[in-house]
Amino acid sequence: MSWFEKLIPSRIKTDASNKRAVPEGLWAKCPSCSAVLYRAELERNLDVCPRCGYHHRIGARRRIDIFLDEEVREEIGAELESTDPLKFKDLKKYKERLVQAQKQTNETEALVVMRGKLKQMACIAAAFEFKFMGGSMGSVVGERFVRGVETAIEDNAALVCFAASGGARMQESLFSLFQMAKTSAALGRLRERGLPFISVMTDPTMGGVSASLAMLGDIHLAEPDALIGFAGPRVIEQTVREKLPDGFQRSEFLLEHGAIDQICDRRQMRDRIATLIAMLQQRPIPNPD
Amino acid sequence: MDLNFLEFEQPVAELEAKIEELRHVGKDNAINIEEEIDHLKTKSQALTQQIFAALTPWQISQLSRHPLRPYFLDYVHHLCDDFQELHGDRAFADDQAIVGGLARLDGRAVMVIGHQKGRDTKEKILRNFGMPRPEGYRKALRLMQLAERFSLPILTFIDTPGAYPGVGAEERGQSEAIARNLQVMSTLRVPIIATVTGEGGSGGALAIGVGDRLIMLQFSTYSVISPEGCASILWKSADKAQLAAEAMAITSDKLKELDLVDAIVPEPLGGAHRDVPTMAAALKGVLLEQLIELESLETEQLLARRYERIRAYGRFKD
Repeated sequence: MSWFEKLIPSRIKTDASNKRAVPEGLWAKCPSCSAVLYRAELERNLDVCPRCGYHHRIGARRRIDIFLDEEVREEIGAELESTDPLKFKDLKKYKERLVQAQKQTNETEALVVMRGKLKQMACIAAAFEFKFMGGSMGSVVGERFVRGVETAIEDNAALVCFAASGGARMQESLFSLFQMAKTSAALGRLRERGLPFISVMTDPTMGGVSASLAMLGDIHLAEPDALIGFAGPRVIEQTVREKLPDGFQRSEFLLEHGAIDQICDRRQMRDRIATLIAMLQQRPIPNPD
Repeated sequence: MDLNFLEFEQPVAELEAKIEELRHVGKDNAINIEEEIDHLKTKSQALTQQIFAALTPWQISQLSRHPLRPYFLDYVHHLCDDFQELHGDRAFADDQAIVGGLARLDGRAVMVIGHQKGRDTKEKILRNFGMPRPEGYRKALRLMQLAERFSLPILTFIDTPGAYPGVGAEERGQSEAIARNLQVMSTLRVPIIATVTGEGGSGGALAIGVGDRLIMLQFSTYSVISPEGCASILWKSADKAQLAAEAMAITSDKLKELDLVDAIVPEPLGGAHRDVPTMAAALKGVLLEQLIELESLETEQLLARRYERIRAYGRFKD
């Protein structure tokens, strides 16, 4: 809130979450270049602005949908539900927040895991739903991820994770923190079995998710201009009390500092990952789409 | 206000000040005031007991960060002999916010690693208030892998507000450094015991906290975010830290109830800082007990149990 709004609160209340959502209409406006885009065209372009290449955030289902082969998909851990082990309540009850998030997203939790194929190769894909409580990692997210890892081990499959998360789920406190250890340990087992894990960081990948599963890939990819880091830029700014450099914690910054292997455009993602996995697993060259 | 006492301890501080005062008077005069002093001392003890019997999570959170609270090197001094500090991550720097080295615990060689806070302003800055940068975690990792090569058990001591949120830390891969530790610690072929001695602050704490046992000192805390941080996000005001401390279950007794902690070491009356030797002796007893248990396991068994333990974290409906 700006100082002015604090002083004189606006009498018109707008819900911030609604403001950000893409309008339902026929047209969409690119927040980066302000181009007015035909919605269907934007979708055909995988929600990447055809004018400037800006990558709109997309949901977990859609992410997996545009990534895996269309046939033989099976969701993993869909039956898992959050409980509220701490009976957590801040201004709102955790239970209420969960219900609200479920209604808003049509998802039961912030991670979707799917067993399927990527260009005929066995593949487990996991994707975070950022709109579900900021993609935060609680017990169910951790458990679903680990079941995905275990399925990959059973199937001798590669694992691909699309991260989009603000970090830990505060409402589950230490249970949430320990999901970092749990997912990291499970990935250790995948590594021992010599199965590839491709970690794709999308906007944003922060905190506990970045400091565990997302940074433990055999190969790290990022979408252009995604915010990726441990501490949030605001926290850092308050701590060091200086203006942060341009492009700080963006994909290009991470590439420059050696934290990721490549920046990959969403429209090339499926081909690129298939190419990488095929080489790591010494399989024939996959067919381009 | 006496700064060596927290706000809720001020009644005790006043009594202690009175006792001090009487002692001075006693020196100057011939009157026998011993009786009065003894009486006040008993009263002060009883008052302390009363206050400490009903601490709120927020008060415990303050105790865990008490300016006099013993830090890692204080414990090393009391717990171990022959401490040989080992410096540096071999790549970038020696982070003073994490200290580690070889030492003897009851005769046996161990690797000890812990967050280190500073006592005075100069040392606080040197230790970066106990907030490690990636090179700190990488030093810890190097030392843990060294311990593994020579089959030495690892004892870690957690006391940090969190990993340092800074530009350089991000540039050098804070996230990757923490994640790497979590993964490697889950597979190290030696016993690992982690003890929270003060403040267990989030990922920065966990990065040296994965292992076979988790011990907490009675008035230490462990949480995913500081009460202040949680309050400012969820309650939109850092002033609600008290509420956040309660909601998040950050204290040793709550976390034991939730089965996330293996053992709690009781603290001396008034907290660890009121009697460091007694505190350290109690901790040493528990550490040795746990270590003997772990050392009786075959390596494969140790690793299988550690994995199961980590695998089981979390509560959900199946």
